[in-house]
Amino acid sequence: MREVAVHNITESIASGCIEVCTQLPRDVYEALCSACLTESNPTAVSVLGQLVENADIARDENVPICQDTGLMVVFIDIGQNVHITGGYLADAVNEGVRQGYAQGYLRKSIVSHPLARVNTNDNTPAVIHTNIVPGDGLTIWLVPKGGGCENMSVAKVLKPSDGVEGVVKYIVDTVIQGGSNPCPPIIVGVGLGGTLEQAAILSKRAILRSIGSINPKEIDADLESRLMTEVNKTNVGPSGYGGDTTALAVFVESYPCHIASLPVAVTIQCHAARHKVIEL
Amino acid sequence: MIEIFTPLDDLTIASLSAGDQVLLSGVVYTGRDAAHARMAETLRRNEKLPLELAGQVIYYVGPTPAPPGRVIGSAGPTTSGRMDAFTEVMLNQGLKGMIGKGIRNEDTVDLIAQYGAVYFAATGGAAALLAKRVVSCEVVAYPDLGCEAIHKLVVDKLPLIVINDTKGGDFYRKRVK
Repeated sequence: MREVAVHNITESIASGCIEVCTQLPRDVYEALCSACLTESNPTAVSVLGQLVENADIARDENVPICQDTGLMVVFIDIGQNVHITGGYLADAVNEGVRQGYAQGYLRKSIVSHPLARVNTNDNTPAVIHTNIVPGDGLTIWLVPKGGGCENMSVAKVLKPSDGVEGVVKYIVDTVIQGGSNPCPPIIVGVGLGGTLEQAAILSKRAILRSIGSINPKEIDADLESRLMTEVNKTNVGPSGYGGDTTALAVFVESYPCHIASLPVAVTIQCHAARHKVIEL
Repeated sequence: MIEIFTPLDDLTIASLSAGDQVLLSGVVYTGRDAAHARMAETLRRNEKLPLELAGQVIYYVGPTPAPPGRVIGSAGPTTSGRMDAFTEVMLNQGLKGMIGKGIRNEDTVDLIAQYGAVYFAATGGAAALLAKRVVSCEVVAYPDLGCEAIHKLVVDKLPLIVINDTKGGDFYRKRVK
């Protein structure tokens, strides 16, 4: 049994929150740079240029890429041979978020109840998804999720007879419906199968993948490729001004499902596609 | 690139067309969901707003806190559609301009034309870049709302694009006149 003390978790999450909000992942940065060269709409090119410059300023001056520093979604894969000591895991995570958002001058965007709407003033609680995995590792992903793009995300249980055409239509319609709101160019995370909540979680995990990665399952890889083409034909474009660059990537994650169901969830991620992995 | 200054006069507003790229300088006020809800409630009760909206511009933004030595944190636009429900009330107070990102509903587009106002978009997510155009920042109302408080900003050459103009033009809907 390997022991991991909660203070180590808190400290790495605190510093991780600051880093993830100020430094755009390299793959996303490179995808924006490449899009500047391939995009044919001149207004879109100027938007993409601003986004690259924005990422440079944020990194060089250690300021948030976006003022919406998000709700912190935390995925934790816990090896079943790990023993967490000195406190409770969720408390340690939330303390890390609290410290990181205070020390990093990050925005506090959480209200304590969806109807009462009083700001908690420390950006807690995080949304925490834990998963028990083999081994003695402890892997934490931080995903500060902005409200603008989360508001454009959807989930629905389709009928099996809707098939791939129904799935593609649902996803492409979601992108068109979102239009300018989720800050395109977006990353589209698709969760296919399982149950309603499983599909939604898969769609969130999908956005953790690196741009350029391809799903090892051929059927999912084919769907990713088809969706990427269809989404980029919508002419939503950067900032919704039109153009060829509506999505930087489409990632599909699938899971077996019931004979009666075809669940599909779509997490829309804005171009400030911030995520960071921490291994403890 | 067209340079414009706040407060916006009617002649300037009338000269703007959907798709125009502008650099805006002068005073703008921040306001988003919670501040709009509170202002609308104040007006519903026939009470006085904490600021004069006539001729002013509201920027839909909730900035990050200013680190030491900076006037403001990062400050990009939030999704404007959430403020559509409050827009007529604000236009009725004499509001002349709005800055945000994303499409407005058709009713709001009509109201913007009807009231001789203008809706601009700033690049969503370009918050570090946009913050560099903010010269000063002070909270002028609702400090209890934190990032959603109303801040008075002085901006210098804020890069914007005209989305909805006085002629009913709409850059997102590709209705440019």
